[in-house]
Amino acid sequence: MSKYTLNVNGEPRTVNVAPDTPLLWVLRDHLNLVGAKFGCGIGQCGACTVHIDGVPTRACLTPVSSIGKNRITTIEGLAPNGGHPLQQAWQELDVPQCGYCQAGQIMTAAALLKKNPHPSDQDIDAALAGNLCRCGTYLRIRAGIHRAAEIAGKESA
Amino acid sequence: MSADLLENAGRRDFLRKSALAGGGLILGSYLNTAYSAANLVAKPSSLAEQEAFRPNAFIRIAPSGAVTLISKQPEIGQGIKTSLPMIIAEELEVNWKDVLIIQGDLDPAYGSQNAGGSRSTPTNYEEFHRLGATARTMLVEAAARIWVLPAAELIARDGAVHHPATGRKLGYGQLVATAADLPVPDGESVRLKSPENYKLLGTRIGGVDNPAIVTGKPLFGIDVQLPGLLYAVYEKSPAFGGKVVSANLDEIRSLPGVRDAFIIEGGTDLKGLLPGVAIVANSTWEAFSARKHLKVVWDEGKVAAESWTGFAARAQELSRQPGAEVLRNDGDAKAVLEKADKTVEAAYSYPFISHASIEPQNCIAWYKDGAIEIWAPTQNPEAGQKIVSQTLGIPKDRITLHITRSGGGFGRRLIPDYIIEAAAIAQRVAAPVKLTWTREDDLRHDQYRAGGFHFLRGGLDGKGTLIAWHNHFVTFAHKTIVDGKPSLEPGSGANLSGDEFPGRWVENCLLEQTPLECGIPMGPWRAPRSNVLAWVFHSFIDELAHAAGRDPLEFRLEILGDKGFLLGTGKQGIPYDVDRMKHVLRHVAEKAEWGKKTFPRGQGQGIAFHFSHRGYIAQVAEVTVSREGKLKVDRVVVSTDIGAQIVNLSGAENQVQGSVVDGLGALMFQELNIDKGRIVQSNFGDYPMIRIDDAPTRVDVHFLKTNHPVTGLGEPALPPLAPAVCNAIFAATGIRVRQLPLLRTDLSWS
Repeated sequence: MSKYTLNVNGEPRTVNVAPDTPLLWVLRDHLNLVGAKFGCGIGQCGACTVHIDGVPTRACLTPVSSIGKNRITTIEGLAPNGGHPLQQAWQELDVPQCGYCQAGQIMTAAALLKKNPHPSDQDIDAALAGNLCRCGTYLRIRAGIHRAAEIAGKESA
Repeated sequence: MSADLLENAGRRDFLRKSALAGGGLILGSYLNTAYSAANLVAKPSSLAEQEAFRPNAFIRIAPSGAVTLISKQPEIGQGIKTSLPMIIAEELEVNWKDVLIIQGDLDPAYGSQNAGGSRSTPTNYEEFHRLGATARTMLVEAAARIWVLPAAELIARDGAVHHPATGRKLGYGQLVATAADLPVPDGESVRLKSPENYKLLGTRIGGVDNPAIVTGKPLFGIDVQLPGLLYAVYEKSPAFGGKVVSANLDEIRSLPGVRDAFIIEGGTDLKGLLPGVAIVANSTWEAFSARKHLKVVWDEGKVAAESWTGFAARAQELSRQPGAEVLRNDGDAKAVLEKADKTVEAAYSYPFISHASIEPQNCIAWYKDGAIEIWAPTQNPEAGQKIVSQTLGIPKDRITLHITRSGGGFGRRLIPDYIIEAAAIAQRVAAPVKLTWTREDDLRHDQYRAGGFHFLRGGLDGKGTLIAWHNHFVTFAHKTIVDGKPSLEPGSGANLSGDEFPGRWVENCLLEQTPLECGIPMGPWRAPRSNVLAWVFHSFIDELAHAAGRDPLEFRLEILGDKGFLLGTGKQGIPYDVDRMKHVLRHVAEKAEWGKKTFPRGQGQGIAFHFSHRGYIAQVAEVTVSREGKLKVDRVVVSTDIGAQIVNLSGAENQVQGSVVDGLGALMFQELNIDKGRIVQSNFGDYPMIRIDDAPTRVDVHFLKTNHPVTGLGEPALPPLAPAVCNAIFAATGIRVRQLPLLRTDLSWS
């Protein structure tokens, strides 16, 4: 066991865990941040996606010892009061079915929009292909990202 | 935290936390009356509750005017937690934004809480109207007494009772005290709203948990946290049903964070508690890490000789023999096939597949003083309670079961194997325990959609009319006891009804079924049976249409004919309204401009229909297949007849689009191989699922409102997708897909 002080959603959080513990389980079992989900444990489904220094990252494959002072952002810290354009659009268009994968979808989409504020369907498919949605909400995910791009455009106008 | 500390943490604190975590425990503890229209007054347990108006177990109106509705059905992504309360809110005349929805625990007060078979809507639709209308009637009567006016002069609207003649109004909260003293009217006698006055039903309402979903709040079974929670894994035999001979328990117990490790003897029921080794640790990762060191000697038994190649070879042999059972024998199919102008013969097969719900199976159980409290992402809480009671000998009234949101169901969570595993582990641990299956556990210990083999022959007369149909279905079966005698019975979802289309439509029809014994767990997978039978039959019908030189739509309409309403026959009989099917079929053809578009080589349309789960659905798929054989589904048009009313338009459309994507994913990718009595695949790396880049570009959904009872939509839109796409692939390339998944067929063309 080792002590790690992580920068999670702008706050220092200290945990005492084995060095190989994936960030996912640190968040879920030790910090009670359960928005990032366990789906496969091998980086194939994207349900555990968080941002590390703004880069969408599979928390299930990221050992806590590898993070250092890098900034971790989870779905809980994506925007104050859940007001990110994607979070608005997801509710407006009723994207989720079971909802389990959606935090990961939103985190990946948020990184896409930062790089590419007006992505095409092809851009969306390429960026989101690592995130499984078992319920098949892909059409609404595409629509949700387009809608979020619109909302973000208006907010910055 | 030790068990002692847990006791000291106090029940009250525990209740509050568990409710916040999505358990809804507080409700279950007081909503304990029988679910009947005549006597629906629940027992209040606190002062605040005593002050609330509770005309039945599902509705609570506080003196503040706050309206709380209970969702009794498990939410697995089908949207029922939103749609059933919408029905109450509509009749109650309250604004949706003012309503709080709470998930109910397992409680007999609610009636059946099994979310399977697309039954939640049809079995509750009428009753939920009456629940809301009963409460509204009582609130209006309360206002009538306060104002000393005839109730007929009053109207309920926007959470208040109004007297239009004088402009007076009383909010529901102001009526609570008076209403609570009124007798509850008979639900059958109350006036229901006329559908043309609906304000909520048929509109687009977002899922009630969406705000929590998009902000990552705890909702799902795997999210539940309790003070002092321990974490467990459970290793079972890789070959199905194997027994534990020995395990290196002492070594495992010495590993970091491990609290205990033990063998559970288990039984032989593939849907129950199977033998295995439990590891209980302080955290999920410590349990997972310790498991990597686990060495178990298994007695795998005779299942270890089973393989898919063995089954496929045996199916071929069996196909040449007469079927073990004749499901239907109309006319003389064999003789007519001998002398038909044209015959077509084809073999279709499909593999076992997994549900792969994105939230792996998990469950929390806490055993204390002979009672057990369970938090489970389940579609079937009654089954969970029953198996825990039967296996562990705990009386049902000492089993509390909290239903959490489920990260997908698709039929997987109808089977409570993971619940009894958690409970059996918890019985040996003095703390609450969360059992988490890994994805590998989930894929290798599923209740699978069974594979199958169909050997088909069809005969056409000189005019190209289908006159004979012979199917020998070789299906997977388990040895079981029927009427005291050993018998081979098709597994769950692996049976064929003699009524299945085109069973009652073709004059000379022979349907035979032969069971293939196996030790592989089988269970309901979204639209059981239909999810593959529609593919087989509508693909083969398409082959026949092309052999006859007929238009595939017109050929199908001729087969459907003018049979009107057909009653089901036999023990698996299926009633079928032929006119409803023709209606959706013609509608989808019109919307998709069937036969009116011309496509270049490599593009085409395919059509199919299927009736299941009370729903009549027809689909047209438009595809592009590149020369290299890459499939892209450009558009799917779906016409749906599920009765007189769509409850939530947004949810309904989401279900249909999701069914299309799910059906396409199963068609394109899903396949499990079986070797040595175990599943070869392990995780999403070698068991690919459909991703966004293969999702259709467009899915057009049409709901035809008809004068029929309102039915469910979790399943019936899935079955027609695979044949519609495969028929489109044929139109585009001339390549006929007879084996699933699609990646087994080379679709390249030149």
